[in-house]
Amino acid sequence: MKNVLCAVAGAATLLISAPSLAQTTLTIATVNNSDMIRMQGLTSEFTAKNPDITVKWVTLEENVLRQRVTTDIATKGGQFDVLTIGTYEVPIWAKKNWLVPLDKLGADYDVGDLLPKIRDAVSVDGKLYAAPFYGESSMVMYRTDLFDKAGLKMPDSPTWDFVVDAAKKLTDKAGGTYGICLRGKAGWGENMAFLTAMSNSFGARWFDEKWEPQFNSPEWKKTLETYVDLMKQAGPPGASSNGFNENLALFSAGKCAMWIDATVAASMVTNPKDSKVADKVGFALAPNTGLGKNANWLWAWSLAVPAGSKKVDAAQKFIAWATSKDYSKLVADKEGWASAPPGTRISLYKNPDYLKVAPFAKMTLASIDAADPSHPTVKPVPYVGVQYAAIPEFQGIGTSVGQQFAAALSGNTSVDAALAAAQTSTEREMKRAGYIK
Amino acid sequence: MARMVTTQNKVISTAAAWLVGFLIFFPILWMVLTSFKTELDAFSIPPSFLFFHWTTENYVTVQERSDYLHHALNSIIIAGGSTLIAMVIAVPAAWSMAFSPTKRTKDILLWMLSTKMMPPVGVLVPIYLIYRNFGLLDTRAGLVFILCLGNLPIVIWMLFTYFKEIPKDILEAARMDGATIGRELIYVLTPMAIPGLASTMLLNLILAWNEAFWTLNLSTLDAAPLTVFIASYSSPEGLFWAKLSAASTLAIAPILVLGWFSQRQLVRGLTFGAVK
Repeated sequence: MKNVLCAVAGAATLLISAPSLAQTTLTIATVNNSDMIRMQGLTSEFTAKNPDITVKWVTLEENVLRQRVTTDIATKGGQFDVLTIGTYEVPIWAKKNWLVPLDKLGADYDVGDLLPKIRDAVSVDGKLYAAPFYGESSMVMYRTDLFDKAGLKMPDSPTWDFVVDAAKKLTDKAGGTYGICLRGKAGWGENMAFLTAMSNSFGARWFDEKWEPQFNSPEWKKTLETYVDLMKQAGPPGASSNGFNENLALFSAGKCAMWIDATVAASMVTNPKDSKVADKVGFALAPNTGLGKNANWLWAWSLAVPAGSKKVDAAQKFIAWATSKDYSKLVADKEGWASAPPGTRISLYKNPDYLKVAPFAKMTLASIDAADPSHPTVKPVPYVGVQYAAIPEFQGIGTSVGQQFAAALSGNTSVDAALAAAQTSTEREMKRAGYIK
Repeated sequence: MARMVTTQNKVISTAAAWLVGFLIFFPILWMVLTSFKTELDAFSIPPSFLFFHWTTENYVTVQERSDYLHHALNSIIIAGGSTLIAMVIAVPAAWSMAFSPTKRTKDILLWMLSTKMMPPVGVLVPIYLIYRNFGLLDTRAGLVFILCLGNLPIVIWMLFTYFKEIPKDILEAARMDGATIGRELIYVLTPMAIPGLASTMLLNLILAWNEAFWTLNLSTLDAAPLTVFIASYSSPEGLFWAKLSAASTLAIAPILVLGWFSQRQLVRGLTFGAVK
């Protein structure tokens, strides 16, 4: 009788404690991009393999997400277990000990398969602090039919001179076709992502080795003059309010002969469901001026675990699943190889099935390889990052400079005045932050 | 002849009013139309007004991806709760300031309004820390509290201006007849101030419904209202305009319907004051 009672009590204890032991709920904050939404849709595949983990999603627009997760992590609010962050945040947050190093991704994760440039961008002192979910660089997307008609041939690695000439020749304002579409909307992640990468190819830099701003240099002047003149002569009207989405809409509608932007756009402009010019798009490396740097950036949306999370093991388990080779295969099985998250794994670019359906794969990989966040510029710099300087102050400074440059593009100020204002405001902020005296 | 001119004027002014009304309503109409387009049609240049392939696919996708009812219920509770509490606090406050003003009443009113002049982001971190320590992050109670505090100055100001228009003599007459303060408030003041109270409540409800700074920053999942629902469809890297429009249409639908039905009270309250 005693044994029976013990057994009943034991079973009851197990029954009562089972649900609380079993369920770990992960709250994952992410951005509203196609690849992330796809991951959200495939969550059931993860929870089927890990029945003890429940996943809840907080999907937000990029800027809202950035503000939200920064507030939470800085105050140790503990609202999230997995964060989606970019290569800009990873080195800054890792140095502040806000992120957990990812050392429990499992034996079969194959860290060596991550693209070296992307892996470096999300590592600090050799330790991985975030796992890349998808990576991107930037490149030239151009209309092969318009180039053929004009008798032009796009080289694999064009110079800015070629791009400027071609853009002017291909512009037909009366017919509603513009030679080139570029970002103009002010913001550190908008026009300044493009212009900083462009300035690298002209030999310019944000700061010298002593953190002195360099907007008074001839290289910056040449960069901004080339950009403003090119957009005035061959760009669409109202370009100073165009960001990625606006240019994507223009290019997909057949209004741009060339567009230099994120490599992830390639799968969108070649998808007949979303683009009217899907079968007429070619790709080339971002332009250069022969100084050894192309005007392309490097970015990776990555998954990281905040230091405040109490569910680190489950979070790492999820991250290992979402950024694994098996995940790419899962996406391919469900939606085809063209939908696999790009720009993170070497094996994807060796996969013949992927290469067959992704005509942009070769150029995407070449663009990622051509970017070097550790040595982004021709002259030496004290910062890391191609299209940004990975310091906490950059968001504010970058947006303020972006506003000056957008004003120069819209004609509200001159190139010289915009550069002078950028120099003054950046000097002031850098002094205030204690980088310079 | 005079009659003709009047008719002509009437036609012109009516047409002008319709035109202005249509222009104001156009962005909402465009959003609703876009929500029935495919993503490709949503950004086609030139845009098509009515002749496109109509589809409800976006609403289906939005419904699959998000729990609209959960967010809508949170919006109703947060906006409704904060409005009711604000009214409970604001009616006696405005009453005392309107009918028993002191030397400092004007200063207090101005001070209250001045709290609205500070950008909310300036106090985000302290408030976030307080909420974290009190366990109020991602709770409906926390959002009701902050929205109530945020809108209180406007509610008190509006009620104060309505109450100021009510002649003191009426209240004095009630007092002469032996009415207590409570009876005076409920039986004399309230009936006269109903249009003012109704429009204040409705305006406060709309403000709380649309509030997108605190609701986005202090909620995650459980208490997330419709502002979070919309923010999850906006994307700087990807064209989801049709889906965003569908989500926005769903988000504004309840408050639009409420506004539609109560527009008469709202207009009367805003234009005529309390007792005219």
